[in-house]
Amino acid sequence: MTDATSQRTEPFVRMDMLPEQEPPATQRGVVKWARENLFSSTANSVLTVAAIVTVYYILVSSMPWLLNGVWNSASIRECREILEGATGGCFAVLTERWNQLLFGFKYPPDQYWRPTLAFVLLFVAAAPVMFFKYLPSKMLIFTGLYPFIAFWLIWGGSILTPLLVLVGFVLAAQAFTRLEHKGFAIAALAAIAAAAVMFWLASTIGSGGGSGGFLSLEPVQSRDMGGFMLNMILGTVCVSLSIPFGIALALGRQSDMPIIKWICVVFIEFIRGVPLITLLFVANVVLAYFLPPGTTFDLIVRVIIMITAFSSAYIAEVIRGGLAALPKGQYEAADSLGLDYAQAMRLIILPQALKISIPGIVNVAVGLFKDTTLVSVISMFDLVGMIRGPILASTEWNGVYWELFGAAAILFFVVCYGISQYSQWLERELATDHR
Amino acid sequence: MTTMTDPPQESFRLSMLLNDTRYRSYTFQFIALIALISLIAYLGSNLVQNLRAAGLNISYEFLGEPAGYDINQRLIEYDSQSSHWRASIVGILNTLLVAFLACVTATILGVAAGVLRLSNNWLVRKLMAVYVEAFRNVPVLIWIIIIFTIMTAVLPGPRAFRGDDPTASMVLDMFAFTNRGVYVPAPEFTSGIFQGAGNWLVILASLVASLFITRWNVRRADQVQEATGQRPNTLWANLAIWFVPLVALCWIMGLTWNYPELKGFNFAGGWTIRGSLIALWFALAIYTGAFIAENVRAGIQAISKGQTEAAASLGLRPGRIMKLVILPQALRVIIPPLISQYLNITKNSSLAIAVGYMDITGTLGGITLNQTGRAIECVLLLMLFYLIISLSISAVMNIYNNAVKLKER
Amino acid sequence: MKKSVIFGALTVAGMAAAASVASAGTLDDVKARGKLNCGVTTGLVGFAAPDANGNWDGFDVGVCRAVAAAVLGDPAAVEFVPTTGKTRFTALASGEIDMLARNTTWTFSRDVDLKFEFVGVNYYDGQGFMVPKDLGVSSAKDLDGATVCIQTGTTTELNLADFFRSNGISYEPVPIETNAEAQQQYLAGACDVYTTDASGLAATRAAFEDPAGHVLLPEIVSKEPLGPLVRHGDNEWGDVVRWTLNALITAEELGVTSANVGELAASAGDNPEVNRLLGTEGNLGEMLGLDADWAVKALAGGNYGEIFEKNIGENTPVGLARGLNAQWTEGGLLYSPPFR
Repeated sequence: MTDATSQRTEPFVRMDMLPEQEPPATQRGVVKWARENLFSSTANSVLTVAAIVTVYYILVSSMPWLLNGVWNSASIRECREILEGATGGCFAVLTERWNQLLFGFKYPPDQYWRPTLAFVLLFVAAAPVMFFKYLPSKMLIFTGLYPFIAFWLIWGGSILTPLLVLVGFVLAAQAFTRLEHKGFAIAALAAIAAAAVMFWLASTIGSGGGSGGFLSLEPVQSRDMGGFMLNMILGTVCVSLSIPFGIALALGRQSDMPIIKWICVVFIEFIRGVPLITLLFVANVVLAYFLPPGTTFDLIVRVIIMITAFSSAYIAEVIRGGLAALPKGQYEAADSLGLDYAQAMRLIILPQALKISIPGIVNVAVGLFKDTTLVSVISMFDLVGMIRGPILASTEWNGVYWELFGAAAILFFVVCYGISQYSQWLERELATDHR
Repeated sequence: MTTMTDPPQESFRLSMLLNDTRYRSYTFQFIALIALISLIAYLGSNLVQNLRAAGLNISYEFLGEPAGYDINQRLIEYDSQSSHWRASIVGILNTLLVAFLACVTATILGVAAGVLRLSNNWLVRKLMAVYVEAFRNVPVLIWIIIIFTIMTAVLPGPRAFRGDDPTASMVLDMFAFTNRGVYVPAPEFTSGIFQGAGNWLVILASLVASLFITRWNVRRADQVQEATGQRPNTLWANLAIWFVPLVALCWIMGLTWNYPELKGFNFAGGWTIRGSLIALWFALAIYTGAFIAENVRAGIQAISKGQTEAAASLGLRPGRIMKLVILPQALRVIIPPLISQYLNITKNSSLAIAVGYMDITGTLGGITLNQTGRAIECVLLLMLFYLIISLSISAVMNIYNNAVKLKER
Repeated sequence: MKKSVIFGALTVAGMAAAASVASAGTLDDVKARGKLNCGVTTGLVGFAAPDANGNWDGFDVGVCRAVAAAVLGDPAAVEFVPTTGKTRFTALASGEIDMLARNTTWTFSRDVDLKFEFVGVNYYDGQGFMVPKDLGVSSAKDLDGATVCIQTGTTTELNLADFFRSNGISYEPVPIETNAEAQQQYLAGACDVYTTDASGLAATRAAFEDPAGHVLLPEIVSKEPLGPLVRHGDNEWGDVVRWTLNALITAEELGVTSANVGELAASAGDNPEVNRLLGTEGNLGEMLGLDADWAVKALAGGNYGEIFEKNIGENTPVGLARGLNAQWTEGGLLYSPPFR
């Protein structure tokens, strides 16, 4: 009844819901996305068009070169013949000289598996440090062993040398923990003494039985290292060495002992004030004059010393930032527990300060890794040095620039981008404040 | 009253040096000092011994001797008979020039890229991300070499401008882009009222005066606005203050333009911006610009979102929000890392050696060192120079930083 | 953290091991070490450059190998240390290398002021100019206003400045670090002229796509006697290097080659100087502190002429004529003091 009346008295009322309509064409799908993201205003549209034109030009100029590239030929002339005047890269230089680019030209080719293995193991060793939340801390034992394994793999020689050094460290650690109750200084002295004895043993044995000996690999001289491997070695060694020095310098700079503080300040500011290249000049042309007469050690060791000094100054500043960011309460809490300076630092302050500084340290590490290319200026054959030196100077590949430097850029990009993505991930992981 | 006695005087024992916190710090410092002194003495004695063994000595006399080599880009007068010292000065000026140019360009690039990375335009955002990541993650040395190669390989040589049917031509008949460099018209003052650099000093003085007068003008406008609520239009007056004296001066001093012209092997006349300078300048600017972009982005993101919302609720447009509200605050976050980027540019300019730009590393640390063989002296001077530059840049920038710092009362 | 500490001390230990304590005399050092440390360039085709397998090859390398063979009996017992123009003198002065064979010009100040001893000349060179043929330049004096590419770190910069100044013409120098880069600049037209030692120019031109499109100008603007050098004050060692070089030159003069040296050294022959050289007569080797057959070992890699032909001679890509570097008997400047 009512139904009937209402039908009669009222105008049309829809009884059922209309099916949902598609939004208008300009408000959906690609068009909507484009309108919102690319053409939301005149200025934006101009920017978009400009960007599209830029990308187009880059692609037009580079694609034929990339796609038309020659991957297989013995020299640049052969390459040009194959191309017959067409645009195209001569990527054959990469396939031909790939091993040289990676390992330098003097590392024995049949031993390439050693640095490669060391490189792979680096990931295993670094993983427990990098993903400390997710991996068992027992894996850190391998991280501790890694430097010795890597040294043995890359430089070769008897395994006894790194082994004895390792024993030295273990002894030192033992001595330290045994004597710690007698005071930090005594324990540290004992540890140093224990380690020194083993190092002395290691050095005598190492220099004595270099070639033969127990579990011996073919020894490779440091000056035979080259290519990207040299960049990796310099990068990892110097960064890992500079962290302890950086901590010491940062603590020294924060210290209330004026002399120690000023030594650290002068050192840090001096290093940060000069370009790395001058320090490399020092390593290359000056350092020899400051060593005892008759001493010569490898250029690579001298360079490691200078780069380590360089990066430890930067890392010290990062860690100082971390120390300064800790609330004063933490220091006071440590004092009120009656911890002495060493204990307070070791147990309370540094773990927290280092955690804050990790992203900064990673940034320094990436910068340092990139800066290892500067060694090419002082006649070391790292990746850039290999390209600028032996490869471009050879008659076969004289004149191949883009391909080589492009490849170098990509190699560095992959590593550095990887590390910086990790650093950003870590930053998010460590972020405990919720803004 | 007098029952309080002094605590029993503890007699000094040797172990107190290590165990008593009052004395321990002295002990450590003493040890550190001794260690430092003996280290220096050890290195010094080695140096003396080595030098004596080699029959060499440390002497800076070579700085006064004629250098014997030519430098292509010299901001002060220099020829091959000038001293090594003067060659070093030429190098220093070249370092400062490229560092200054790169700092300015990097700042512009970096701020633009940093702001554009937060743009709501997807394509631009992504492009800027690609730019930042590509340049941040590849060594600057490789970029310098690549850009130098681009310069050499892509631009035509002066030879291409020659002949009846040249394959390249000058832009507007004023600019020549060659792989040796870019040639631009140079202003010349022909009336001869002032001598040489005097002309430039007069122009500079006029510009400084204009700056002060416009600032005064703006301040006056502010006062009027404060008093009446109406802001008088200052734009035209300011433009006049800037341009009228400048144009008048140029007319009085007889400004003419010296256009580059193809003569003999090269373009002659005008100013030359050499390929090595351009490569180094742009490589440093683009590379550091990527870092600055990240700093700018971080600075902007550090400003709480409430600021943007508050500004928007006041009815400001996005551009003005950025300009009036966000950037001034973000600047405080951005400036300290910016200072270290400027320092990095200055230090990285030492890579000039890779493209043959004659900066201080190329003259004093390069040819002079090679020709005289005085490695220790040259490297020490080189480090001293960079140290002075770095310290002065950070001093100047710290003063500025303190000036813009949030003054909390 | 621990890892870093461990690695740190490891390096320290490595350093201690590497630091050898010895400075009696370079000859004894080399013998004790069993390797000769020889400084060479970082790469100049024909003179010293590592090949695709990393073996060093070239004219300067040949001198290093001869010295190693004379002293140690093994031409392969050489550690080649690449040096740049900047590092070469320090490397030698600090003892990092025992001798430098890096096309280094013998000049007064290097000999006297820098305290080095040039033991002789293994290549008489001079600075020349190369221009593209279509530039239409036939003399270096026509180069007024030209842009000139120079390799830095050599005497060429000074010679160039002197030449242009004395002729009263202007130029624009473009200093370049490596030969490969200079070549790139030159070929792209970023400089009109490339100048370096004439031998280097020839080697560079040989690598061009179109060598005929480039000419070497007739002017040779400097004297560049290139030779190996050692530290001042170690005369025994200087004598060894000097007389090894002289042995190479004398051998060519006397017709002793790598092919017949074994036969000639087997027993004393008719020519007394050959006998003295090869140790079948007299005791020249003993005087040097070496074995009697030192020169025989040194010559196993060929005499001066053979080394020249193999690395930079007319049948190689470098394609240099003997010119000044012929024996004095053939109108050249090579003139070794007699072995007696």
